[in-house]
Amino acid sequence: MNPVLAVRGLEKRFGAVVAADALSIDIAAGQRVSLIGANGAGKTTFVNMVTGYLKPDRGSIALDGVHIGRRSPRSVARLGISRSFQVPQLFIELTAAENLAVAVSGMHATTLSLHSPAEAPGRRDKAIELLQRFGLANLADRPISELAGGVRKLIDIAMALVRRPKLLLLDEPTSGVSAEEKFATMDRVIHAVAPDAATIVFVEHDMEIVGRYADRVIAFYSGRILADGSPQDVLRDPEVRRYVTGGAR
Amino acid sequence: MVFPVIAVTLFGRVLPTWTLSLATIAASNGLVALGIVVLARTGNVSFGQGLFFAAGGYGVALIANNWGITDAAAQMLIGAACGGLLGLVIGPLIARYSGIFFGMLTLALSMVFYGALVKTTVLGGSDGFNVVRPSLFAISFVDPREADFMLYAVSVVTTGLAGIAATILFRSEFGLASLAVRENNLRVEYLGISANRIITINFVIAAVFAGASGAFALMAQRHIDPQFAYWTTSGEFVFIAVLAGYQSVSAVFVASLALELVRSFSNLYLPNTWQLVLGVFLLAVILFLPRGIGSLWIRQRRKSAGVSAETSAVEEGAPS
Repeated sequence: MNPVLAVRGLEKRFGAVVAADALSIDIAAGQRVSLIGANGAGKTTFVNMVTGYLKPDRGSIALDGVHIGRRSPRSVARLGISRSFQVPQLFIELTAAENLAVAVSGMHATTLSLHSPAEAPGRRDKAIELLQRFGLANLADRPISELAGGVRKLIDIAMALVRRPKLLLLDEPTSGVSAEEKFATMDRVIHAVAPDAATIVFVEHDMEIVGRYADRVIAFYSGRILADGSPQDVLRDPEVRRYVTGGAR
Repeated sequence: MVFPVIAVTLFGRVLPTWTLSLATIAASNGLVALGIVVLARTGNVSFGQGLFFAAGGYGVALIANNWGITDAAAQMLIGAACGGLLGLVIGPLIARYSGIFFGMLTLALSMVFYGALVKTTVLGGSDGFNVVRPSLFAISFVDPREADFMLYAVSVVTTGLAGIAATILFRSEFGLASLAVRENNLRVEYLGISANRIITINFVIAAVFAGASGAFALMAQRHIDPQFAYWTTSGEFVFIAVLAGYQSVSAVFVASLALELVRSFSNLYLPNTWQLVLGVFLLAVILFLPRGIGSLWIRQRRKSAGVSAETSAVEEGAPS
């Protein structure tokens, strides 16, 4: 089966720092892949290159066979890769429904209407439906500035889902969420994402989350892949325990 | 929204003559400031709208003198077209910049245009040149009071229609996306929307408004000179936009009228210190209404909307 995402020989340097060192990764449709690694291991650089924010120095990235390594974030998004952010990137002064309405507008057209109301019934319904999936419909008309960090995180993910992406990249979906709420939050995310995103890649530091929700784990270290396989195998790998998890699990 | 425009137009019939020209200038300046507000919703402020104001004025003046087109409505359209065409050339280039770089570039371009106008003798150099009194639908207005009212009516109707168009724009999906660009243009790109295109379209709209306003200023003065493109002219439009804030269309016209009134009366009663009065007025607005005059009624509207949202959230058992 052809991979949804095929990365070959990806390299990226920031001066003397090697953020990606000949990375080659295939991600098959339907996989739920977790990227782990210490700070500075190259996980977010990888996500930034796949989503078009950073251009690789060398190597290729293909989505369903289409090369995307030199494309802009906008073009990559239109081709079917969406992402959420470690720090939610929302429109703070707008309401939750308006944030999602902007995302819905982006899904439907390359040219936005100059007269059609921003929250026309179709757009508003889609926004509310997405908020409902995350259990947030009652906050639709609240400005983002009034919402808690955990709620913002969920809205950030909901916005990434609007395009029904082929590949959804989540950057630390449970960071900033309390230990008691992390599983509930992740359950909510997985449940909400399921109808729209077949393939999920998530960056995570919490090994309990990784062990429970990923069916494949890729461990990064200094821009290289240290281990790649099932959560059981990768999290038991001595190198991973030494450089990434620090003996966790 | 059409009725207030008609009412204000007819109200001109009972206004004293001196207020007609003041209201015409206020409407005309308000139109440029409205363009600045349209653009400011993307997070970018133009300090050089005098460029399009002058382009509209000079375009209309040249066509009037060479081809004899003196109809006020046609001149307004020609001014808007001149401003818009220039905006179409500059907009895509300048949309790549943001913040202070955007503002300084617009200022620099307007000053380059000013310098070119001053040195162009065929356009009258620094003295400029005169144009004939405008007509309307083949009717010439010899009586100064009637001429002033005609200009007042055309400027109020045009500005009113521009205000209605801007209100529709602000409430549209494009208007919402413009606010999103203002807050986080990278996220807008990640949603598959071109932030540059949104800024460019808003820039062209602002240029069209400034061009039309330049035509009105020309019709009112029947003279044009490079001062139209000078930085103090642009600064005055920004002054109005700051007074108004970016949240309300009607606030722009209230701010423009307030500025004209403060200027006229302070000039009358404090002829040597009227600039000081203007400065204090702006300071007071910034201090007490940092989001502009429009926040007076927008805040009130949000408060009532917030109360109803809160009530329904409590009814639905929302987490606090």
